[in-house]
Amino acid sequence: MATTSAIDVVMPQMGVSVSEGTITKWLKQEGEAIAADEPLLEISTDKVDTEVPSPGEGVVQQILVQEGETVDVGTKLAVIAPAGAEAAPAEAPAPEPEEAPAPEPEPEPEPEPVAAAPEPAQAPPPAPPPEPAEPTDGAGEKTFVSPVVARIASEHGVDIGQVQGTGRGGRVTKKDIMGFVESGPPAAPPEAPAAPMAPEPVAPPEPAAPEPAAAPEAPPEPVPAAAAPPPPKPAAPPPPKPEPEPVAAGAGETVEPMNAMRRGIAEHMRRSLDTSAHVTTVFEIDMSRVVALRNKLKPEYQKSYGVNPTYLAFIARATIEAMKNWPWVNAEIRGEQIVRKNYVNLGIAVALEGGQGLIVPVIKNAEGLNLLGLARSIADIAERSRNKKLMPDDVQGGTFTITNPGGWGAIIGTPIISQPQVAILDVEALVKRPVVVQDESGQDVIAIRPMMNLCLSYDHRLVDGAYAAQFMKELRENLESWDESAY
Amino acid sequence: MAEKTYLQAISDGLRLEMRHDKRVFVIGEDVGVYGGAFKVTLDFQEEFGPWRVIDAPLSETAIVGGCTGAAIMGMRPVAEMQFSDFISCAWDQLVTVAAKQRWRAGTPVPITVRLPSGGGFSGGPFHSQNPESSFAHIPGLKIVCPATPEDAKGLLATSIQDPNPVLYFEHKHLYRRIKAEVPDERYQTPFGEARVHREGDDVTVVTWGAMVWTADEAAKQLEGDGVSVEILDLRTLIPWDRKAVLESVRKTSKVVVLHEDTLTGGFGGEIAATIAEEAFEDLDAPVKRIAAPDTPVPFSPVLEKAYIPQVDDVAAGLRELAEY
Repeated sequence: MATTSAIDVVMPQMGVSVSEGTITKWLKQEGEAIAADEPLLEISTDKVDTEVPSPGEGVVQQILVQEGETVDVGTKLAVIAPAGAEAAPAEAPAPEPEEAPAPEPEPEPEPEPVAAAPEPAQAPPPAPPPEPAEPTDGAGEKTFVSPVVARIASEHGVDIGQVQGTGRGGRVTKKDIMGFVESGPPAAPPEAPAAPMAPEPVAPPEPAAPEPAAAPEAPPEPVPAAAAPPPPKPAAPPPPKPEPEPVAAGAGETVEPMNAMRRGIAEHMRRSLDTSAHVTTVFEIDMSRVVALRNKLKPEYQKSYGVNPTYLAFIARATIEAMKNWPWVNAEIRGEQIVRKNYVNLGIAVALEGGQGLIVPVIKNAEGLNLLGLARSIADIAERSRNKKLMPDDVQGGTFTITNPGGWGAIIGTPIISQPQVAILDVEALVKRPVVVQDESGQDVIAIRPMMNLCLSYDHRLVDGAYAAQFMKELRENLESWDESAY
Repeated sequence: MAEKTYLQAISDGLRLEMRHDKRVFVIGEDVGVYGGAFKVTLDFQEEFGPWRVIDAPLSETAIVGGCTGAAIMGMRPVAEMQFSDFISCAWDQLVTVAAKQRWRAGTPVPITVRLPSGGGFSGGPFHSQNPESSFAHIPGLKIVCPATPEDAKGLLATSIQDPNPVLYFEHKHLYRRIKAEVPDERYQTPFGEARVHREGDDVTVVTWGAMVWTADEAAKQLEGDGVSVEILDLRTLIPWDRKAVLESVRKTSKVVVLHEDTLTGGFGGEIAATIAEEAFEDLDAPVKRIAAPDTPVPFSPVLEKAYIPQVDDVAAGLRELAEY
């Protein structure tokens, strides 16, 4: 796909809730040749760390954002020029016909760039930098902005020029701006902190509308990141972000800034607790049958497929099976409506090493995978999570999540739901315990059994305790009486 | 509970501490037979005897030096300076010996020095000063400045029981002017906890001692203009309650720091600097200091009135900030 005109590379949208990304590394420098889809740079967002491939073949004409900088989605990062093209000035008007390749992989040579005039897929312009607090009063003269007024203006994205000042010389006082913010002027942009996690559009007519990745059909080839679809409503530029307040280190303390992923986790976890009515139900599972089956399948799976049938794969399979009768566990609340899904996009929480964070890649249409398929998919996403090879699509559209702290020996937990899902299953450690069972003659005896706790946190707004317990009961039955031929 | 003047509260607190703890004794000029220049220790000698209520020679150095030695030996002396102005004579004993003993040798020096301070009655340059900031600068000393009878009693008890040298500034102008209900029993008022004397939203006054009452009257004046004034009484300067001050600044965003001591090097500068460092982004106006001018205290009642911050001065400062 040799480019015939300059193409802009923009910060891709890495998920509906992601509003910015950090350039971690440029893999090509200015003047270097690059092939289509060849990795151009690495970026880090609060959802995923990934490479951004070149949208076309050519030469890296210009790098506009340096390593370490964090910019909004849609910000122009670099320009790829046709090979051999004169190094044009940055402002060279680029019609950018390839900017919106849509699903169409056909390289359409555009002899007449003019014909491509409308640029529907043009990314939104980068957010204007926060206005330095230098408003003018009615007479157009500059008036003093006190530190507290500047801070409030910055936090709320208020243009001080719009606030009627009542202080000395028409100065905007703290009261003036607080009144302005509280009365909610029509032009007031949304509060900055809410922006990165903009709510999903409420009740779209088609289930596939908000997130193409969530469509029931398996999505086609992963779309190159640079051509990722623009955010649903590119109209409003993101509001300026307030600078985090610096924190003073006390004696014996060290202070470090949160990275994008940590900020994302912090915001999401808090928001989830504020959104859902969390309840956790715990079930004890006798895993004897699964253990026996796994021991039997393991050599075969490893030899034939090079994959390990993990307990997690068994549990994922049994969970998806149980959802058939208890679909609300896999549903979503959208506005005042319950959205049920005929597919399961299974999120698997993967911890990054050294407490660096948590990522939840999603196995799309997991309901269509058998035990082998799930084992493979889990191994694949875990591997790619740790190697930073996930595509943006890989972390979007989950409908249910499984988290697995049992690997470290945890035996009980109350996980927090990943919004907008309504349930999350916590897989605990497999522990041998003495349990009371019945022998063949119906007598109670104490036996040593491999036991595991499964903890389901669910959103009581939608899922009641009895419903959750019945789902869990079925999940337990699936595991305790695993039918090899059925899965 | 009984209604007591500020002076009676100090006297009551001292008497209860002496009854409670035999290690507590009083020493000062004319504190025994005469009962003290301001009669704080009136009749003390009759109750506690001349060995616990000691009339000292006219030597502040000897008084504070003797107290320091007694404290090192395990006593809990309470020295009285007839006027806080005279403490300059005891500077060396306080600053060089008492304040540093714990640091040098590890021995606590639990002395309390009572310092009748402040002006407002034509006492002139030797009997009206407020030298708290000179000592606030000395690590190892604690500085207490009660404004109410209840605090006067509770803070005196805390001072006596504190293992460090404590300078207890009792404002003479409050002695018989301020009356309030004071608990009869022993109690302690903690150091480093400011008292919200008055709650408000628009401007904060940070002050202590007699100026709390000046600010109080000014705040009442502004009430009529719809300006709501918060008054923080620091109660102790070392340690001082930064948290309460910063919290109030975050609420009102406008601050007056008010003291009767002279402006330059006054403790208000420390407070203003702390606010600038730690609450800069909460300020909606410059921090305003209201204090005495940098001269000795004048004798003349007219000049003294011009010198010590008056209700109208404070009200004008508050108005200026409110309108800023």
